[in-house]
This record gives sequence, C-alpha cells and structure tokens, in this order.
Amino acid sequence: MTESKAEKLSQEIDRLARGEGVALPTVILTDTSEKLAQHRGIENEDVRKVAKELVRRFRKVEVDAHESVGIVAAQSIGEPGTQMTLRTFHYAGVAEMNVTLGLPRLIELVDARRVPSTPMMTVYLDRGIRAEEKKVHEIALKIEVTNVPDVAAIGTVVEELKVVVTPRPALLAARGLARSDLDRVLSESLDKRYWTVSNGSGGGEGRTFEIHLAETPPPRSGKEPDEEMPFKKLLAAAEEVRGIRIKGLSSIKRALIKKEGAEWVIYTEGSNLAGVLEIAGVDRARTTTNSVFEIYRVLGVEAARTALIQEANRTLAEQGLTVDIRHIMLVSDLMTNEGDIRAIGRHGISGKKTSVLARAAFEITANHLLRAAITGEVDELKGVAENIIVGQPIALGTGAVDLIYRPAGGSSGNHTRSKAKPAPGAPETHEAPKTPEPPAAPVPPAP
Amino acid sequence: MPATGLAKRIRALQFAFLSPDEIRRMAAVKIITADTYDDDGYPIEMGLMDLHLGVIEPNLRCRTCGGRVNECPGHFGLIELAMPVIHVGYAKEIKRLLQSTCRACGRIIPEALTGRGVSFSGIEDSGGGFSRPVKEDIACPHCHEVQQKIVLDKPTTFRESGHKITPKEVRARLERITDDDCRQLGLNPKFGRPEWMVLTVLPVPPVAVRPSITLESGERSEDDLTHKLVDVLRINQRLRENRDMGAPQLVVEDLWELLQYHVTTYFDNQTSGIPPARHRSGRPLKTLVQRLKGKDGRFRSNLSGKRVNFSARTVISPDPLLSINEVGIPVEVARALTVPLDVTPQNMEAAQTLVKRGPAPPMTDGVYLPGVNYLVRPDGQRIKVMDKNAEACSAMVTPGCRVERQLINGDIVLFNRQPSLHRMSMMAHFVRILPYKTFRFNLCDCTPYNADFDGDEMNLHVLQGHEARAEAKVIMQVQEHILSPRYGGPIIGMIHDHITASFLLTHHDPHFNEAETCYVLSKSRMPMPPPKGHEKNGQPFWTGKQLFSLTLPEDLTLEFRSSICSHKSGADPKEHAQDDCLVVVDNGQLLSGTIDAKAIAAGKGVILDAIARNSGPARARKFLDEMSRLCITAISLKGLSTGIDDEDVPPDARKHIAKVMSDARETVEKLVDQYHDGKLDQMPGRSLEETLEVQIRSTLSKARDQAGDIAGRFLGLDNPAVILAKSGARGTMLNLTQMTGAVGQQSVRGERLLRGYYSRTLPHFARGDLGAESRGFVSSSYKTGLSPTEYFFHSMGGREGLVDTAVRTSRSGYMQRRLINALEDLRVEADGTVRNTAGTIIQYKYGEDGVDPSRSVQGKPLVIEEVLREALGKKYRTELELRGEGITGTTVVGEEEQDLLAEAQQEEEVEEEEGEEGGGFEGGEGGGEGGGE
Repeated sequence: MTESKAEKLSQEIDRLARGEGVALPTVILTDTSEKLAQHRGIENEDVRKVAKELVRRFRKVEVDAHESVGIVAAQSIGEPGTQMTLRTFHYAGVAEMNVTLGLPRLIELVDARRVPSTPMMTVYLDRGIRAEEKKVHEIALKIEVTNVPDVAAIGTVVEELKVVVTPRPALLAARGLARSDLDRVLSESLDKRYWTVSNGSGGGEGRTFEIHLAETPPPRSGKEPDEEMPFKKLLAAAEEVRGIRIKGLSSIKRALIKKEGAEWVIYTEGSNLAGVLEIAGVDRARTTTNSVFEIYRVLGVEAARTALIQEANRTLAEQGLTVDIRHIMLVSDLMTNEGDIRAIGRHGISGKKTSVLARAAFEITANHLLRAAITGEVDELKGVAENIIVGQPIALGTGAVDLIYRPAGGSSGNHTRSKAKPAPGAPETHEAPKTPEPPAAPVPPAP
Repeated sequence: MPATGLAKRIRALQFAFLSPDEIRRMAAVKIITADTYDDDGYPIEMGLMDLHLGVIEPNLRCRTCGGRVNECPGHFGLIELAMPVIHVGYAKEIKRLLQSTCRACGRIIPEALTGRGVSFSGIEDSGGGFSRPVKEDIACPHCHEVQQKIVLDKPTTFRESGHKITPKEVRARLERITDDDCRQLGLNPKFGRPEWMVLTVLPVPPVAVRPSITLESGERSEDDLTHKLVDVLRINQRLRENRDMGAPQLVVEDLWELLQYHVTTYFDNQTSGIPPARHRSGRPLKTLVQRLKGKDGRFRSNLSGKRVNFSARTVISPDPLLSINEVGIPVEVARALTVPLDVTPQNMEAAQTLVKRGPAPPMTDGVYLPGVNYLVRPDGQRIKVMDKNAEACSAMVTPGCRVERQLINGDIVLFNRQPSLHRMSMMAHFVRILPYKTFRFNLCDCTPYNADFDGDEMNLHVLQGHEARAEAKVIMQVQEHILSPRYGGPIIGMIHDHITASFLLTHHDPHFNEAETCYVLSKSRMPMPPPKGHEKNGQPFWTGKQLFSLTLPEDLTLEFRSSICSHKSGADPKEHAQDDCLVVVDNGQLLSGTIDAKAIAAGKGVILDAIARNSGPARARKFLDEMSRLCITAISLKGLSTGIDDEDVPPDARKHIAKVMSDARETVEKLVDQYHDGKLDQMPGRSLEETLEVQIRSTLSKARDQAGDIAGRFLGLDNPAVILAKSGARGTMLNLTQMTGAVGQQSVRGERLLRGYYSRTLPHFARGDLGAESRGFVSSSYKTGLSPTEYFFHSMGGREGLVDTAVRTSRSGYMQRRLINALEDLRVEADGTVRNTAGTIIQYKYGEDGVDPSRSVQGKPLVIEEVLREALGKKYRTELELRGEGITGTTVVGEEEQDLLAEAQQEEEVEEEEGEEGGGFEGGEGGGEGGGE
C-alpha cells in the first residue's frame, strides 16, 4: 500500500527541492518518502515542510566549490595505509583459500595490475539450482580444471620407448569422469602422426594406456635432420600428456562450494570470468572475480570502475578501517577516466600529466625535461606541483578565487588579476589606504 | 615585501633547446684555461672561476654586471668544443631521426611514418613524435640512395652497417632534415633544430651554481661540476692541439672519444654502459642529472619543498589546561619569531613604545613582554633593533615603516608534526607564551597529529600576511578539524585518562560532597549547580552525572549504548540499568549510562559527534576544553592505579587453566597420532598436512580463549586494569587475558613456527615433532612468566611484527605519494563537477551526490529521522512507535549498523595496539579476526 504512496511523495519532494535549485540524491528521496508514507495524517503542508528542511540541511553538507577533493581523497586512503596488515590472510568466507588482503592488495588495485596475485572468483548460481548441493557441485566440477595427472599416474618406460598412463578409477569418479573420457582426450590431443595410443594391461576402468613413438620419425619443419635422442622425445611426450586438459576452464585451479545462507556458492582459485559466464546455470548478474582487469575485458570500463570501488572498499573495510566511499569513487573514476584502467603512478596517470614540471618532480626527472625540449612543450602552470615549484599560489580552495583590486586613489598600481568572479559577498572594489595592505582575504567558504 | 599580492605572475614556461648561437650570445666569457685560481687565490682569467661568471667571495665584484655576491645572479660562460659530441640525453632521439631519414638527402623515408609499428600507443609513448626504423636496402624516393642499417652502440656511438658514424657526420645529417620534416617527426623546429642535439659549444654554468668551498685548513675544494669541466677543458685542449698539429687519425679519434666520455659524464654520471667518473677519493661525481634526480635532487628537495623562515622546532609535552585551539610556546622561541606590523598613523605611538623596549625586554613579575627584532624603514632598509639602538630606532618609526614584533598571546601560528599524512597534520593554533622549553598542547590534539610525548618534536610556523592569517583562522584552526573528512566522524576527542576519568565520574553516578565538587569544578571554572540532594546526615551532595552534564549543550538529546555494554541492542532496560550502560541524554542532562570511549573518544565519540555537528565547531571546542579540565580534576580526586597484582587470580583458577592447557596438548597429540596413522579426515580442498594444522590451531586457540575466560571471571569492573580495557581508555581484554590466562600461539607468516633447525624449531625437540609446545604455543601467561623456549618463540613472533611495521611504513608511504601525485590537481568546480587541470571531467557530480564527507554523518548526507522530527513536529513518530501503531514498515537497521561500526573500530584498536608492540600471536578463531599482527 505504501509503495505507490511513497512513490508519489518522492516525486513531490523532488519537485519541491528542484524548485529551490537542489537536486536531492535518490536515496534520500526514497528513504524519506518511505518513512513519511508510514506516518498518519500527512498533509501537503507537511510535505512542503519536509522538503524545505531537506533542502536546508542538504545545502549545508554540499562540497564547497574549488575544494581540493583529490588531495583529501588521496590522504584519506593513504593515511590508514600505515595501519594495515602486510600479510595474506584466509578469506573470511572460505577458510580453505588464501587471498591477498591488506596493504599489498590495495597497492595491487592502485597499480592496476593485469593479474592479481591471488585471482579468485565468487560464482553465484541461478535461482532454480542454487539451493541444491548436488547440482552446484556438478557445476563446480565443470569449472575446475582437470588435467591428466589429476586422474591418472603417468610413467615412462624408456627401454620400450613408451609412456604409460594408469587411470585411477577413484579419482576419475570423484571428478565425474570415466576412462572413456581419458581415452578420447588422449587420442584427440596427441598428434597421431608421431604417437599411437593403445590399450595396455589391466582391466576395466583401470586399464592403462600405452603411448608409443610412431614408426615414422617426426619430420622437423625445415630444419636439418633430427638428431635428438628418442628418449628425449619420450620425456617430452610425457610432459605433453601431463599438460592435457580433460575438462574445466583454464586457469581455474580449484573450485570449492560453500553454503551461504540458503544458497550454495562456488569459490574458485584462479579466475576466468568469460569462461564461467558461458556455463549454464551460472547467475551472470552476481558472479564476480577479484581481477579488475578481467572485468574490464569482459564487461567494460563501467563494470571495472564498480569493481575497483568494491574491491578497494572491501579491502579497507576488512581491515576495520572506515574510509568514506566518495574518496574511493574518486580514485576509481580517475583510474577509469580514459576508457581503460590506468595505474596510479609513473606508468599511468602521473606519467601522462600535462605539466612537464609536475612529471619531472614525480619520477624520472631528467627524461621528462629532455623530452620537453624536443617537442618545445609549454607548461601552462595550472596544476599544484608546478606552481609550488615556481613559487606561486596554487589554484585550489581559496587560491582558485581572485579578487579584483582597484585602489581607490589612482590607476597607477592597477594590477587586476581577474579570473573568476569575486566570491559572493566580497566587495568588488576595495577602499584601500595607500599603505601596502593587501586586499581583503578572499571570502573563504562558510564553515 | 612578503605576501602583499603578486606583482607579476608566471603564466607559462616554454621548454626549448639552447642553440649554439644562443649559448654564445648568453656567454659572458669564453673559458679556455682548465684552471681555477692562481697561487694567490685570485680567479684566473678565462678560467673556470673567471670573474665574468659572477662572484662567490664577499669582497669581489662581478666583472659582467658589477654586482656583489648577493646582487649578481651569475652569468654563463662557454667552452668551444674542438670537435662536436653527442648529447647523451638525446642519443635515442638521434637514432630515431637517423633511422627515419635518408642518409644522403635527409628527407623522411615515407616507410618510416606508415605501416606496422606506428600505432596509436606509439604516438603516445614518444610524446608526439613517432616513426619507426626504415628497413635496410630501401631506396630513398627523393634521391634513390639505398639506406643502411643504423644501430646505436650505447651510450653514444652510432654505427651504420658496422662502420662508425662520427658525431660530425651525425650532425651533418641532422642538419639536412628540413623544418617541415622535423614537424612530421615530432620536433618543433621553432624551439630546437635536430642538429643542436649534437653539441659544438658547451655552456659553462655560473660559479654560483658550483661554488668552491674553503675548508678550515684553508684548502680549497672545488665543486664536482667544476672538476668535470676541468676534465672537459683539458681534453678539449689536447684534442685541438693534436688535430691542428696533424696528429695520427687514431690519436685524434681516441681523444675525441675521451672528450665524448667527459661531456657525457658531465651531463649524467650514471649513464649505463660507461664507468662513472670518480673523485680522487673514489666517490662518483655528482653531475647535472644527479643534481636534479631523486629524493635529494633539486626537484623533490628544493623545489617541491622549500626551507622557510619564521619557523621553530622543539620537543612537545602535554598541557591539559590549554584549549585545543592553543599551543604553548617557550619564551625563547617567542623572542626569535616575529610578526610584521605595518605602522599607520593610528598605531604609530604603540609601535614606537614597542620598539623602545628593544629585542629582549626584561620579564616583569614573570610576565612576558614582546619586543622588536627588526625595523624596516619605508625605503626598505632593514635595521636590527638592539638594546643599544632601541631608543634611536623608536624615533625612526613613522607610518609606512614595518616593525617586526615578537610573538604575543593570541597570535595565530601553524603547528605541524611529520609525517604529514593528512591535512590534520598541520593546523592553526593560537599562541600562549609559557615558561620552560617545550611546545605544549591539549592532549586531545594528539590523535590528529599522531603524537605522543616520548621525545616527539614538532614544527611551528608564524604567518606573515593578513590573508594567510585570515585563512588560517577560518579554515585551519583546530576546531574546524574535529570532524575528519576521512569518515565523517570526530578525529579529535578524548583519550586515555580522559576516558578513565569520565568513566569514574559517571559510572553508577558517585556522590561528591561540597569540597569535592568544588575541587572537581575548579579547573574547568564551571558554575557550581545546586546540590542534587542531601545525604542522610544532611550534607548536600552532587553526583558525577550531574557534573558531567555541565559540559553539555542544553539542547542535546540522544540515546546510545556505552562501550562497556555487553547486551544486545533492544535488551531489557533493566539489564542496562544494572550495568549503567544505556546512555540517555535529555536536553543536556545525562540521565543514565556511563560516559566512556563510545561517548567521547577520538574516532567514535557519539556525544562529541553530535555536538560538533549540531552546535558547531566552537561549541565542540568548548566541550573538549571543559571536559579535559573536568577529567583532570576528576581523576586526580578519584585516582586509578593498576599494577601486576591486578592480574592475580586464585590458585584454583590457575590450576583450572593448567588443566585446560594440558588437555589441549593431549588433544593435539591425539590429532598428530591420527595423522600419522592416516586416520585423519581430510578437509575438502586441503591436503592432509593442512588439515592437521587447521585443526591443531583451532584446538589451541580454543584453549587460549578458555584460559582467558577462566581468568576473565575474576576480572570484573572493580579491577582498574579492566576499567581501562572495558571503557576503551587503553588496552583490550585480550591483553589482560594474555597476562592472566595464557599468551597463546605464536606465529610467523600466519603459520605455526617451523623455522630454525632441520625439521624442528629448536634442538630441544625431536625432529618432525608436530606437538603444541615445539611449534610455538605459549601456555604460560605473562604474569607467571614464559619458559626459555616459549620466550624464544615469543621473540620470533615479536620480531616479525617489528619487521612488518618497518616494511609497511615505506610501502604505504610510497603508495600515498603516488596517490597524492595523481590526484593533487583535482578540484570541484563551481558547477559541481570534478575536473583536472586539463579541464577533463573526472566526475559529473563529486561523489555522485556532491556531499562533503567531512560534513556528512558517517558518509550519509543527513539523518532522515532528524529531518522528519524537525519538519513534522508533533506528528513525527519514531520507528518504534510506528511499529507499535501496527504499521508495517522497513526493519530497523540503525542500531545494528552502529553495532557493526563499533565492532569494526574495536578491531582497529586491536590492530593498532598489536602493531605497536609487534606482538605476533595468533588471534581468536583460527587466525580469523584478531590476527597475528
């Protein structure tokens, strides 16, 4: 019943607020209207009062123009860095898995590494199957990579020049495989021109495979006649057999299932988002990975930005540090601003700054200066670092506002520097005595 | 004159090459002699210290401009190189140009600009100029010359199909590149022709850049750059002579290469591929690039951060009687630091009396009087005021003069402690001149500065301009920083003793008689309220809660649970009443509950947060000032001491703990046996060994918790140590149980100890022993004392903690430097967008809602309940009332979240604590939360 009522209230409050020139955040609108809808006897007058009060309070908490939000964000994320752990810990959800956390993880995120040091996925499943352990387990097996050595012993017999693969029926069964699967994979992935696969000793599921060097020696492409010793090739073959994937997704080393609330969730060691999203039964909306770069590749920048925010926020929250999400958002937005993920540092944002001096002051000083001369670069001195270097006020906060100073008496020392309009409330002209008193301080933001 | 606005402003800087012509034009003298001073110590003419280059000695005058040491900026000289040499910094660029242009006619070979290899990223990486090497055997479309392969033999030798190309030939080829082609190749010919990358003349920097220093022995020591220039000159001379004499080609070439080496190391003495030039002592010379580069280089050390005047540094100490906005300054410092005072007709007389006092007016009755250190006359002349000339100076004071007056109470200064990790590391305080030699401030300011008094020093800066002072007062004052922009909560608040004191003052509301009340209120100077009631003997009494309420604003109304509260939210009020842990403040009166960390501490204080937010920073400052004073008197009246006997437990309990420990040990042994017998059930996704480890660790940590619980039964709120921990003043219950119960598992790298000897930790154990005590389990408590092996293991854990802290500070420091560098230019524009200096929009609305985190309520823009209460008046219903009225609504989340927040902060504390002491023991549930760090 409150649904539509709240909706209407929300729209009304929004309309009123916009009338006052304030666009209230949606969260506030919905929360207020929901709460308001529960009250009895609310009249139009009350709604107006609420809207007015919201606007009054919201105006007070808005950021000031020219606030140096960047520096504040950097400090807010950097300062607690000293209080973070340096170690890899067990992930709170699954005791069986190690995940990089704390400072190393934060540095990894800011560095925009392609592959995190401990890639990990959280796979959620569709509504129909998420409650059934068995089905979830099946999917986990589908995801987890299974190589030949996981289900069979591999040995070589040098005197007979053969590789012997001995399947372990128990292991096969645990992974939902049969000997026939192994058979198929072996014959498919080995080059038939050089190797022949045949059945060996034993019976049933445990019957071995024997892989012999084919009669015709493999002709090497273009090169001089093959001088290699046959047993070397045998060892190479054994190595090749070890690398054969029977099923699962590449780079997912392990998949564990865990009950969370009413549903089963798969946690994986290793990450392959594109592959997992292809699998039927996976809830594509909620499944995620901790590899931000992979999210960028599969889902795009906007998703990567969200992932960055979430990962950074989680890393900080896990350490018990409270950092306002706006700071993290600003960093993520800056990193993803150009359409791809750029690192914080010399290879990313700092290396691409427009100012030569700012770049030179950060790292690799000499190269930046030398390069600047080749192209005849101009440093516009707009940023912070450059102006500090040349000894001028910076264009942040009160430094971003200029006053027009017109001495009352003469036009002689009429140094007007006007860039922005004078701050509201500041006098346009300043009746100054001849004494070299400075103009009134730019009106600082109301506290 | 300082800070009176800028007469000129540098709008932009243009970077360019110096052309040989320009070098010649700006040179004041041509240097030909590889010598500096003659035997009398007079600069040799046309030598490296020629007087045309400027002077560094006080008595000489510059031959170029006639200025003395402080007037002459210095002038360049030049060295004509006998043969051209390559500029090391541009070797790669030269290679690219040679490879992309025709070896005969100098035109671009079209292949260089097209096809594979010229990608977009290529354009970016090369900073605009891009091209790729032309394949050999391609004919130039302009002159049909067949191209050859050019390689760069690092650092400065070019070879074409194996033959060396001399710098002279290189220069000739670069000269042939047309201006238009230069633009194609990414060069701007207006600011630099490519051939200028090959040097024919070398500018000699002024002597001021490379001053020689005279040692005590009278010996002169030359700058590294001068040494290098001497080398260049010497070889240059020999090369010229040999060439002119018609010496064998080989000799000339050798000398030429030597010249190239010297010029190369003159620019960069860390060029890879060649040995660095060394001083006689074997120390590598610091040449041009080294001067600029790195942390101690010109950029980071002198340009991005500069040395300043009007600053002071000394040891800090606490003073609870100062306001949080104040800083105590020693008289010695106050006399050395000055504030400029512009003399006007209105203040002329006052200025004159000030000057008359001289630089060190005597203390009258121990009262400090400010003096004057300098007088600046309208013509700019600076006169040092001394006792002798004070009278005379005073007479000179006229409007237009400037008097540099010593500090007085009420001056505003900046106060700072390094590392300056956030903006609260530098705040504005008002001066209070005090005896003794330390800077002093209120203890509440320790948190933002992260300061303690174990020898910390801090810096102080005196502001020199009206504009700066005004800004400092409005935006940098301590009270403006009570709420942190990091999480929208108070970062300045009560600490340690304050919390203990307010706990003692308010817990179970103790009574105070008239004398005690007077004493408690004496420092805070608050008016004595009417007594709360009368004791049986008729004496009037006041209560602690009543006295605490005096500090609260009258309109404060709120309700929350104290830190000591162990009940779940929504528990029976009676339970709360028993522990006195439900804080209820109604219109500025504390009705029930204990005031502890949750209420007033830095980082969480709910009351503090409410005051700062609703009543403004000035009121919050008043609250903190009065509270610090009140707490000091309260705790000196009540007293609190803790010692080792606070950790005493009855012998029965100790026996009980010992039993728990031996049981645990047995369980572990059983587990190990099972493992050896192969009877252990493997956990999914874990190896057998890992399974065993996990189970042993959980067994042992359970044992420690049990021991802690047993000990904890004897540790009630009557125990001072427990008061400290529970009220949140200092330490945790974990610390206490470690002292009384058992210390627990020690860990390195998050695992039980296993390093040291071959398959054992110490030779006292059998190889492969997996038992509890051989792998670092400490079953003793700190009180009973550790056995030698336990002590050793404990040190291992402790050492790791120390190493960790050291590594962490450097790593997080670098991360923060990078973050600051990347984000420093971002600001909110007037239209609410966030942009960088290039004007690129980073966010359309800051933080998606345009809210300042420091003004938010824990990140939320506003509290909707408050809005509704304000707007609806009588019609407003709380969540509870709504439910009572049977209107189903959303669930209550407020309380729950608060609990989580409190828990998170509790953990943060633990973290900090252990970081400091470097304890490496295993935490609560199998290394889950408390962690071994």
